[in-house]
Amino acid sequence: MTEQSKIKLPQASRRGFLQGAGAAGLGLVVGFHWMPRHAMAQKAAAGTPAMINAFIRIAPDNTVTVLSKHLEMGQGTYTGLATIVAEELDADWKQMRTEGAPADAKLYANLAFGTIQGTGGSTAMANSWDQLRKAGATARAMLVSAAAEQWKVPAKEITVSKGVVSHAASGKKATFGQLAVKAAAITPPADVPLKDPAKFTLIGKDVPRLDARAKSNGTAQFSLDVKLPGMLTALLQRAPLFGAKVKSFDATKAKAVPGVVDVVQISNGVAVVAKNFWAAKLGREALDIQWDDSAAEKRGTDEILAEYKALAKTPGLPARKDGDVDAAFAKAAKILEATYDFPYLAHAPMEPLDCVVKLDANGVEIWAGDQFQTIDQMNAAGVLGMKPEQVKINTIYAGGSFGRRATIQSDYIVEGVEIAKAINGRAPVRLVWTREDDIKGGRYRPMYHHVLKAGIDDKGEIIAWQHRIVGQSIVTGTPFEAFMVKDGIDHTSVEGAANLPYAIPNMRVELHTTKTGVPVLWWRSVGSTHTAFATEVFLDEIAAETKQDPLALRRKLLTKHPRHLGVLNLAAEKAGWGKPLPAGRMRGIAVHESFSSFVAEVAEVVLQADGSWKVDRVVAAVDCGMPINPNIIRAQVESGIGYGLSATIKPGITMAKGAVEQSNFHDYEVLRIHEMPKVEVHIVPSTEKPTGIGEPGTPPVAPAVANALMSGTRMVFRALPLPPTATKSA
Amino acid sequence: MATKFTLNGKAVSLNVDPDMPLLWAVRDEIGLTGSKFGCGAAQCGACTMHVDGQPVRACSTPISAIEGQKVTTIEGLGGKVAQAVQAAWVKHEVAQCGYCQSGQIMSAVALLTDNKKPNDAQIDEAMQGNICRCATYVRIRAAIHDAAKTVRA
Repeated sequence: MTEQSKIKLPQASRRGFLQGAGAAGLGLVVGFHWMPRHAMAQKAAAGTPAMINAFIRIAPDNTVTVLSKHLEMGQGTYTGLATIVAEELDADWKQMRTEGAPADAKLYANLAFGTIQGTGGSTAMANSWDQLRKAGATARAMLVSAAAEQWKVPAKEITVSKGVVSHAASGKKATFGQLAVKAAAITPPADVPLKDPAKFTLIGKDVPRLDARAKSNGTAQFSLDVKLPGMLTALLQRAPLFGAKVKSFDATKAKAVPGVVDVVQISNGVAVVAKNFWAAKLGREALDIQWDDSAAEKRGTDEILAEYKALAKTPGLPARKDGDVDAAFAKAAKILEATYDFPYLAHAPMEPLDCVVKLDANGVEIWAGDQFQTIDQMNAAGVLGMKPEQVKINTIYAGGSFGRRATIQSDYIVEGVEIAKAINGRAPVRLVWTREDDIKGGRYRPMYHHVLKAGIDDKGEIIAWQHRIVGQSIVTGTPFEAFMVKDGIDHTSVEGAANLPYAIPNMRVELHTTKTGVPVLWWRSVGSTHTAFATEVFLDEIAAETKQDPLALRRKLLTKHPRHLGVLNLAAEKAGWGKPLPAGRMRGIAVHESFSSFVAEVAEVVLQADGSWKVDRVVAAVDCGMPINPNIIRAQVESGIGYGLSATIKPGITMAKGAVEQSNFHDYEVLRIHEMPKVEVHIVPSTEKPTGIGEPGTPPVAPAVANALMSGTRMVFRALPLPPTATKSA
Repeated sequence: MATKFTLNGKAVSLNVDPDMPLLWAVRDEIGLTGSKFGCGAAQCGACTMHVDGQPVRACSTPISAIEGQKVTTIEGLGGKVAQAVQAAWVKHEVAQCGYCQSGQIMSAVALLTDNKKPNDAQIDEAMQGNICRCATYVRIRAAIHDAAKTVRA
């Protein structure tokens, strides 16, 4: 597990990347690159699909294909991006298609990440909004110009509706497909007007998902489904401890397994290459490897947590400082303090990591549910001594990711490429991780320890707030450190805490960044996975202590934050906040901003006589700017709630003497259907630019559930997962 | 020794390791990739196929165990129940990443073949072996209820 990658990043703007995780500014300056003219000319031969620009291809059969610079991993991005284009193009929804764009950061950079092509931080719609509106509107103008030339009529008399270009006076009509080749040869106009949002016919409507059918009949293609002539399958035996290396190995027995073709050593372990998965698996089981553990992480999670707790007794680096916190604590009538603990978490996407690599003298071609194309190109090129542009990536559907496929070290891609190199590219190689490889493989949501302290005056007002956070940084020690860590603070460690919106005059947020040998990574909603719980549960503890209604307290502290208030009030109203509940049923609320979107959730929990409890219903209200596809927004919030609830009720990853104790879904349990509550999602109408929705549904659920249990039992809940039973105290 | 069975209505004879799981035999040897690998341990249900009409976890079923039996994968689904389930899956836009959905649909078809009017508890029981990390469970329930109505109509 090499943490230090040799890649040199392109000029990624630190601000850009952080803003991608954070805030406004998106789309203020939108780089817009056109397909090189020669490339278009090549494509524009009659009878073939025509590239109108880098994002839009129109075929003679009248289908319009949007090239998505973002990975479709379930979040609905293919549908959302196509909707933006179709709206400005005045296309018919039925003619729209989407496919993964090639890896080419010049054309397809995530504008929120600077010059890196990749998907994450719930940025797909936000960073594409202006860019794809302009791409669609420009393409429409080119189709109109083509029709005007062909029909010899003024362009301004031409109208476009549902994929048909018409000239009323002459009665002439043409489809996009008929005009595409001619349109592609037209010089794109520099400035085109965008549609008045009041005239949107697709944006804001529940247009059907483009991938619904293929994902309901088994035809959707994932990396695991790619089959190339002569392709071999590889399984890699990785070290049992993080940081251990191969000392020596004996492949005799592995090579004797029928179907095993080769056994090769690469940086991360020993790979068995075989004619099929089963032979590779049996071959791997037959490997005899001696490991060098000298540099390995050998602590257990209990020991690491004990170190974090000791560290939390000392001040950390400042992430936020408002007012005079020490003076405020000195005059407080009451001081409350609480600690919160969060385990390592595996992402466990349903499709374990996998990729297909085909290597030849000219370059390498990769098929993957690729989430970080530019980084993966650079890391793959580094392995092969090639230029990044010699790495061709075919981005296809990913069977979930939740952050796992966007690694700065390109772990699974580099493994696949190293194996292909080790067998001299004599056959295409499919690398498959098993579930055990996934659960034990690291790149977890980091373990965290939080200490919160509040000073309350004699009127019950919060006058001081101190929040100390202890845990690993995701980017320290990687090439991303240079632009994502400022003054020792990794923004992703403190997001959601350092920007706490509550009106508290004296506030201090501190961070201790720890080092362990456990590789860590962003996990759906990143820092907010722990900061939302710590802050929102602590606030409810304060509400209980000061005898205030949790909703009323939040309203009082959020008067200057209308978007927080908007979702808070909507969720409370729809959930019937304040209305009496039947015995054993309890309610809790939480509100949180992440990725520039605002979500409030009210959880209803049912407590049984035996102490067991179940989340029965969650009512969510979201404000993610102008809704592009309300049904997908609802689906993402349902999904975010389920993902967050899984980590609310199921244990995380633990280690004993450095070894991960879980291995598959029997001991790393995840949410199943009987544990899924009813979910209602309400969307705040908005004319603001769209922001993300893949992640923001996740953070509020755990604190809402804990707050419900706290309100009904008077117990305190200071760690995730929550205990499986709770008892009502008098 | 070759294992003979019927796959999606066609006779198949495979000369592979008798311990090779049905899932990998169908995926790697026959080339049907709609059934997915999620855990290899009968824990997640992504590989679910029907063997003589019953849902089985193909990742943990040795090929030798299905000698002479009828295997149906997502590619071979047909009939009123399957059509109703797949149509409901599209209508409710159940799938997100979609990776587990072949298995979910195979389990749902098996449920509705046995029980034309399952309640929520029966749905939860029948579908508990199928994990969805996108947590599309709310829509899976809704789609099964909807498909059940179509099947009964």
